[in-house]
Amino acid sequence: MTTNTETLELQKEILIEGNPSFADVTEKVSTITEAKTPRLWYVAIAISSSLMVMMFVLIAYLVWEGIGIWGVSIPVGWGWAIVNFVFWVGIGHAGTLISAILFLFRQRWRTSINRFAEAMTLFAVICALIFPGIHVGRIWVAYWMAPLPNQMLMWPNFRSPLLWDIFAVGTYFTVSVLFWYTGLIPDLAALRDRAKNRLRKIVLGLFSLGWYGGNRQWQHYEIAYLLLAGLSTPLVLSVHSVVSTDFATSVLPGWHTTIFPPYFVAGAIFSGFAMVSTLAIIVRKIYGLENYITINHLEKMNKIMMVTGMMVGYAYGYEFFIAWYSGNLYERFAFMNRAFGPYAWAYWTMISCNVIIPQLFWFKKIRRSIPLMFTIAIFINIGMWFERFVIVVSTLSRDFLPSSWAYYSPTIFDIGTFVGSFGLFFTLFLIFLRFVPIIAISEVKGVLPQADAHHEQQH
Amino acid sequence: MSSSTESQQMDELKNKNEVIHGLLAEFENPAALLAAAEKVREAGYRKFDCHSPFPIHGMDQAMGLRRSPLGYIVFAVAAAALTAGVTLEWWTSTVAYPLVISGKPFFSYQAYGPVAFAIMVLCSAFTAVLGMLALNRLPKFFHKLFHSRNLERAMDDGFFISVDSTDPNFDLQQTGNFLNSIGAKNIEVIQAE
Repeated sequence: MTTNTETLELQKEILIEGNPSFADVTEKVSTITEAKTPRLWYVAIAISSSLMVMMFVLIAYLVWEGIGIWGVSIPVGWGWAIVNFVFWVGIGHAGTLISAILFLFRQRWRTSINRFAEAMTLFAVICALIFPGIHVGRIWVAYWMAPLPNQMLMWPNFRSPLLWDIFAVGTYFTVSVLFWYTGLIPDLAALRDRAKNRLRKIVLGLFSLGWYGGNRQWQHYEIAYLLLAGLSTPLVLSVHSVVSTDFATSVLPGWHTTIFPPYFVAGAIFSGFAMVSTLAIIVRKIYGLENYITINHLEKMNKIMMVTGMMVGYAYGYEFFIAWYSGNLYERFAFMNRAFGPYAWAYWTMISCNVIIPQLFWFKKIRRSIPLMFTIAIFINIGMWFERFVIVVSTLSRDFLPSSWAYYSPTIFDIGTFVGSFGLFFTLFLIFLRFVPIIAISEVKGVLPQADAHHEQQH
Repeated sequence: MSSSTESQQMDELKNKNEVIHGLLAEFENPAALLAAAEKVREAGYRKFDCHSPFPIHGMDQAMGLRRSPLGYIVFAVAAAALTAGVTLEWWTSTVAYPLVISGKPFFSYQAYGPVAFAIMVLCSAFTAVLGMLALNRLPKFFHKLFHSRNLERAMDDGFFISVDSTDPNFDLQQTGNFLNSIGAKNIEVIQAE
């Protein structure tokens, strides 16, 4: 009996404010794609697509000229490209955490943010995949990494974490697309049924695949959604674990540690939530979605950032402890060098952004203040890029042989390609905002109080 | 005997000419739809469906639907894909292209986990989505329910029960009266225009 009343209490939490009707939800979300394109959108996409074009030009030059245009050289063979790869793929993780893990844990507040968080995942993973793709040098033979029969009778080495990475990130991207599209089908059908002109009717009709919302469809749909969530949950945890094994299975001091997989996953979720929060704050303001993405949603995300930020902080500290406790001289040197060597500025930027600043979220006032949380999220985005920079560069630039030590710095091409990847990301995100329902219409309706078939009886 | 079957066939032909695909009844809210679904099932109808903008908890039981077989299908594919993945890794690194790498055995099963897992997840996810579409007979350019005008609100805020005219119990008049009696507020005959 007690458990029963507790369940009822939990269900009373108001997730969507302003008490909208079902039709209000359809109207609010659909009109974003139906109304005239705002002028701001054109300005934004002009900027972002210019950056994107710049990136493609730089990539073309890279393919023509070679990897030497970047700042990488031996022993720093992995520079910004790998830093950017880990940065972008990490950002993607929050989208899957929201869509899959929070779904399995029945966190119903996720419905307001899952659609665009998933979109963010897709676009971040696209940006991520570019960097190792162009870093291989001869990109026209990149297909050698796939297990395809070929005239050389060669096969990929399945014992290499770099190959695991291709499979893990490739699968992650494909499964994220499937998950995202499955969620979209009912919403595209809702848009189709409202479409006024013929072109919209045809295009939305094609993409909604003939969905008509019968329970005989929902029945299989719900199982498919659950299965995808169940499959994506171990997948998302495995992806960044596999990314971390690129480092951890090497014998380099500072990388060769078993803490990497969980530490990377926590960092990925941390950085991803910072990016979701950054985007959510802008999107809800521009499109007036304050009732859908409420301050409570943002506060919950801030709490997740605080928790994962402390996990990351714990990992930073634990690495130092193990370096000392292992008694391994190289390991000890790698960490002293990290904190007090030539890249100390990067290390302390990382510590400040990732460990110290998120502690402000202990205060409820700060957790619920839009300008402050936006600023903190930006700091986390920066800090998490520096984390990957510190890991990659501080270890490589001072390896076992002091005669090869050198200070690594990026060239204009490194910087341009990274800035350009933001152009690609925002271009894709802007196209998404314009043409696709940015809030999961059917899922949000499902968490409204009147959607509960027993709603009337409670009153 | 012959005359009765003839008249039946005549009736059927007449029905086909009119092309009545069924009835679509609207209900107030999810609770009303849930209660109505149970009554429609109890009245012996089998070819009916309940339309709502979001899945309604408890509707499968109310309609008397069996659990979706999708989970079993995906499990079978997952098992097959995992086996195929490990087999690929074993065959390429021991038979097709054996290479000694850091002195590890050719069959280093410990290292095969991530790729086999990724292949399994990839195949399972495709099966879940394509299987769902196949079980729903999707994609589809047209469905007879799209003749309905009211159903355009099914993904917005409408709650409907459609009864297919091919159901053995279907009779335009009687079914209509029955739907009225269980609280339908708006009944539409679905037919081609």
